[in-house]
Amino acid sequence: MGDYSELYQAILEGNAKKAKEITEAALAAGADPSELLSRYMIPAMDEVGKRFECQEYFVPELLIAGRAMKTALELLTPRLAASGAKAAGKVIIGTVKGDLHDIGKNLVASMLEGGGFQVTDLGVDVPAEKFVEAVGDQEGIIVAMSALLTTTMVYMREVIKALENAGIRNRVKVMVGGAPITQQFADQIGADGYSDNASGAVTLARRLVGLATAA
Amino acid sequence: MHPTVKELVASVPVVTDGAWGTQLQTLGLPVGACPDLWNLERPECVREVAESYVAAGSQIILTNTFGANRIALTRYGAADRVAEINRRGVELSRAAAGGKARVFASVGPSGTMLFLGQVTEAELAACFKEQIEALAEAGADGIVIETMSDLAEATIAVTAARAAGLPVVACMTFTSGKQGPRTMMGTTCAQAAQALEEAGADVIGANCGEGIEGFRIIVEQFRQATRLPLWVKPNAGVPELVDGKAIYRMNAETFASYIPDLVAAGASFIGGCCGTSPEFISQMVRLLSKAH
Repeated sequence: MGDYSELYQAILEGNAKKAKEITEAALAAGADPSELLSRYMIPAMDEVGKRFECQEYFVPELLIAGRAMKTALELLTPRLAASGAKAAGKVIIGTVKGDLHDIGKNLVASMLEGGGFQVTDLGVDVPAEKFVEAVGDQEGIIVAMSALLTTTMVYMREVIKALENAGIRNRVKVMVGGAPITQQFADQIGADGYSDNASGAVTLARRLVGLATAA
Repeated sequence: MHPTVKELVASVPVVTDGAWGTQLQTLGLPVGACPDLWNLERPECVREVAESYVAAGSQIILTNTFGANRIALTRYGAADRVAEINRRGVELSRAAAGGKARVFASVGPSGTMLFLGQVTEAELAACFKEQIEALAEAGADGIVIETMSDLAEATIAVTAARAAGLPVVACMTFTSGKQGPRTMMGTTCAQAAQALEEAGADVIGANCGEGIEGFRIIVEQFRQATRLPLWVKPNAGVPELVDGKAIYRMNAETFASYIPDLVAAGASFIGGCCGTSPEFISQMVRLLSKAH
């Protein structure tokens, strides 16, 4: 396969148009879609995450890079599916009931997609039963919850209880985040992980998936 | 400088108010409900909060209109009630103030992302114009644009408030990381100061985001970047979970102990954001009167 480092650069700079053009050209030239993903696209989003963590990048850069990633990924998805390639893992994400804030949740969803996860976004104001329903009979997936308000963050515990009552708590990993959330809070409600930023959420999800498959 | 602001800063610091949302919740506002709609549905509760701050010694109280812009109200199916919610918000605070405090009307963010094209500049300008005109017509003494993270959106709101002829306070929300205080969008205090001043703000500052312990550096950086009076409304530390409820552990006394430092660093208007209550304001007033 040829060298497509320009794809890496285009995603890093958030240039969706260029990312699309390079991906189209690469596919036309017979490039392997899963290699494009693993060699250029995911590393680009990892670098975006690193820059975000050292405050070289902020929310706009993160979202714009995420959009470039998504544009390129949409071209690959049908081919990846046809070749039987598997996503890094599956994530069901939502902002919990009573809370309409979606900026943080969208950021995390975008970064997780950029990290190779298949993300189902349940939106905002999501009741516990909707999380349970979305999990269904799937195994080894991640349930990710977001809350901006101190008054709604406590609902995360209700979701975890609902997963327990439905008998599916042990089939999923639960991660939580949002401005008022702390590691201590995550521990108290029995979540499996917490991250204070969108880039850390990808690292966490990777770790949880590893644990989930090992368990 | 706007004459109202000039008059106010003749004797600093000026004590503003504390949190509204959590106060309304103690009066029964359900989690997830639209606080602004209570101006119409439970006006007696809104007035009670306003009165509690006046009684505590606030010289400026805000209004229960933080989310009363068309874009934010649409999420609650209340887009057609912008004018009446804002008008009522000013009336309730005005009645509570009873001539003892000024009423500065609160204007929060739209909750959409300009740079992602979710909304255009013209749409945002129209959205803020509509809200601010309603607040001005109802007789607000000033406009407080607060909890902004996007400088472009904040300047659009400042421009709309300037057009209404009222004194404008413009505040953004900062958190401190490895590179010091920045908004979620990466804006520094110096960048915010410059753009907000150019847009015509009379007072600039910061609210929410950080606990009060993180505000000294924010005030210092603003002070270096502008000569405008500074406005701060910090949170009462960082929330913790106790018995299933998120609470701010910092008490009024500890909170107030940070105030002299912030005033020394250059803050002219001081109050509180998340986790603060009328008790925090009285504590602040007590401490400042001792100092004089």
